[in-house]
Amino acid sequence: MHKYASPKFFYSLAGRMTPWLGGVTALLLLSGLYLGLFVAPPDYQQGESYRIMFIHVPAAWMSMFVYMLMAGSGAVALVWNIKLAEIFASCSAPIGASFTFLALVTGSLWGKPMWGTWWVWDARLTSELILFFLYIGYMALEASIDDPRRAARASAILALVGVVNIPVIHFSVQWWNTLHQPASVSKMGVPTIATSMLIPLLLMALAFTVYFFVAVLIRMRNDILERERHTGWVAQMLESKP
Amino acid sequence: MNWSKFFAMGGYAVYVWSSYGLAAVVLFLNIYLPLHRRKKVRRLLREFLRLKEQTR
Repeated sequence: MHKYASPKFFYSLAGRMTPWLGGVTALLLLSGLYLGLFVAPPDYQQGESYRIMFIHVPAAWMSMFVYMLMAGSGAVALVWNIKLAEIFASCSAPIGASFTFLALVTGSLWGKPMWGTWWVWDARLTSELILFFLYIGYMALEASIDDPRRAARASAILALVGVVNIPVIHFSVQWWNTLHQPASVSKMGVPTIATSMLIPLLLMALAFTVYFFVAVLIRMRNDILERERHTGWVAQMLESKP
Repeated sequence: MNWSKFFAMGGYAVYVWSSYGLAAVVLFLNIYLPLHRRKKVRRLLREFLRLKEQTR
């Protein structure tokens, strides 16, 4: 276990894994886009506009999933003082923020033709906007403290406090019945969505998930190099691979 | 396959293609920016190591 948590070992492992994971992402994306744009039939109520779902829903799922990973690894870093967990949390934040931004804007682009408005202050939209501000606050707090270890601790605590927002986003469509439609796919019960639409949706969600790991590994490698600049292995590697 | 019908998206072209376009930009930047920064980090680190060598 210690071997995997050593920055040197992780750096080379991540470098070898990213091309493969990138290939998997491309395959999943292409098949998801093909089935979602060409094979899935138009919706009987929303026509072709529902195809925004194949971007919007995976982006919204990722916005919450990445937040949970970020807060979880922040907690691991707080308790066990593992440097890699700190780096993972800090590298997840900008990616999570960009997924949240994508979910908000595509939601707006879907809301305009279907609801007649770009934005409403309904519970789902408001709590997702709060999630976006939590990511921004996390990054701002981290950037405001010079010592990376102290910055990681402070921002991890902020991320953990913000976790209360996640169930609010998830259950908001059940607790407050407003414009946003309830979930069509859930762990409990059969999805209320046609299989021809469900398969591309799941493929896109899987593509976004693997994509996240590609993006976070590339970022983590940059951070590892910077933080480990005083060590011998970084100097050796920069000499051997200029 | 009727391409102009496909791109028209039943009259929702602006909304659908803006969504897919923005997604493409976001996915691209999240890979491109850190790869670009990697070059800068490696250049600065080599500089840093050279200076450390000189002042030893």
